[in-house]
Amino acid sequence: MIHLADITRIFQMGDQSVYALNKVRLNIAVGEYVSIMGPSGSGKSTLLNIIGLLDQPDKGCYELDGKNVTDLTKDEQAQTRRDKIGFVFQSFHLIPRLTAAENIEIPLILSEIPPDERKSRVVEALHAFDLQSRAQHRPAELSGGQRQRVAIARATILRPKAILADEPTGNLDHSIGAEVMMLLEALCQTGTTLIVVTHDRELSARAKRHIGMRDGKIVTDTS
Amino acid sequence: MTLNDTLLLSFRAVTSYRARSLLIILAMALGVAAVVMLTALGDGARRYVVNQFSSIGTNLIAVMPGRAETSGAFLGTTMGRTPRDLTLKDAQLIGRLPQVKRYAPLNVGVAELSAEKRLRDVTVLGSTADLIPIRHMNLAQGSFLAHDSDHSAQIILGAKLAHEFFPASNAIGQRIRLDESRFLVTGILAPQGESMGYNTDEIVIIPIDYAQSLFNTTSLFRILIEARSHSDIQSAKTAIHDTLKQSHDGEEDVTIITQDAVLNTFDRILHALTLAVAGIAAISLAVAGILIMNVMLVAISQRTPEIGLLKAIGANAADIRRLFFAEALWLSLAGTVIGFFLGQFGSLLLRLAYPQLPAWAPTWAILAGIIVALVTGILASLLPSSRAARLDPVKALGKK
Repeated sequence: MIHLADITRIFQMGDQSVYALNKVRLNIAVGEYVSIMGPSGSGKSTLLNIIGLLDQPDKGCYELDGKNVTDLTKDEQAQTRRDKIGFVFQSFHLIPRLTAAENIEIPLILSEIPPDERKSRVVEALHAFDLQSRAQHRPAELSGGQRQRVAIARATILRPKAILADEPTGNLDHSIGAEVMMLLEALCQTGTTLIVVTHDRELSARAKRHIGMRDGKIVTDTS
Repeated sequence: MTLNDTLLLSFRAVTSYRARSLLIILAMALGVAAVVMLTALGDGARRYVVNQFSSIGTNLIAVMPGRAETSGAFLGTTMGRTPRDLTLKDAQLIGRLPQVKRYAPLNVGVAELSAEKRLRDVTVLGSTADLIPIRHMNLAQGSFLAHDSDHSAQIILGAKLAHEFFPASNAIGQRIRLDESRFLVTGILAPQGESMGYNTDEIVIIPIDYAQSLFNTTSLFRILIEARSHSDIQSAKTAIHDTLKQSHDGEEDVTIITQDAVLNTFDRILHALTLAVAGIAAISLAVAGILIMNVMLVAISQRTPEIGLLKAIGANAADIRRLFFAEALWLSLAGTVIGFFLGQFGSLLLRLAYPQLPAWAPTWAILAGIIVALVTGILASLLPSSRAARLDPVKALGKK
């Protein structure tokens, strides 16, 4: 599903070149549940951005879902992100002026699905994440757990192949974080690839496969 | 993203940031309203003057003695002669021209009007019966020199004079003195008020012969001519010129002006004035445009994480550009529409405050105002929306 071959990403810091990723090789199969751990600056977020096509490697080759996506144009990247990848962020990134239902609807709007179908799919998603009573609330009126559920509903509404979660429980307290993780894991069990970036050992331990990173390299990879 | 959704989502953004949106809309609206109102004022003034000038007659030509030279030495002074008089005979010659519908020789002076111990100085017009229709004057009562009574001592009083001298009784049929001569009041002018510099309510009109002897002159002040039709004006002017040149031994010593030419000059000057005023008002539209650009740039930096999110979940550059472009378009559109109505309302108030002033904004000004407003709004949103579209999603998401 995901094949990274010798991926290198270099950032310029003043006149110094910093290797955020240094010849990273990684293969992830369909339906895998992977956690990526590592200290700050180890390159784990950069790796997630490259997998999510938000960033492009300076060297190397990236194959997603059987297709080489290394040299896509920005618009092709955007389209691939829309159709194949769902993002879940630590700070939820909901649009404050839109209601929960409208936030969930955005990916459907971007892929130009007709309004009738949009409506029924949003209702379905609200059901699946137990948000029916919150549909018309704005993010500011929702609890942290509810906000992250809205974000997950938005990430999954187009049924992506992979969900990329960057510290998904970082802003939630422990029990609510566990609930959110169970939702993500349930999605993984239905065949969606789940990649979680975290600092949290306990959270990382839930995954089937654990990748450790340091200085832009994968240092451990255990199942 | 479909056009419909783009418009809807951007409209949501406009209504969500209410204070910001209202302020921009207000700025735009004031600009458009300024264009509409100021051109209404300018064009109203133009129409007022043109109406005033048209109301003194139709297809008028005026002949006056002496030649107005715009270059070179004045003919009379170099030859050591004063210009030849304009005489009643000249007037009669003009009257015979086929293009002339009617004519009225005119003498003007001041004399003392007195009756029954009342007296005052009045402006005296000496002319013939045709003066009344040529100058579009109306008689409230009576007649002037009717039935070939050209040489009888008749007098017409302005409405105010009639009331002043004969407050209790009807002025018609009364005797009145003008300096040493006695006249019979045969008519009273309808009240008309101020028109082209003098008040017809305070003048008297007497036959031309009496006026010439009263002022001891044989020279006319003016000859007023009404051409048969608008298309006859030019040929009438040429014919009058030729006739008078012949009768004055080949000297071109009269000035002929047409109402048409004067009217056109006024029209042009006031139209230019309206244009200038519209241009000044349009500057406020440019200011409103810059304000829109400013506010949209601020909106983009405030909403950078949102742009990053949209990109992360699959919006392409064009989607983002269109969203912000549509948002700016909504703002300028709302401002323009509100400004249009505000301007029309302002013009209505002007018309109510000054009923003589036909303060209607001309269509060209309204269209120009609206188009300039929209174009400014569009231009002002190009830069911010393309900046939003270019944002790097990783950096945009990372910004708090």
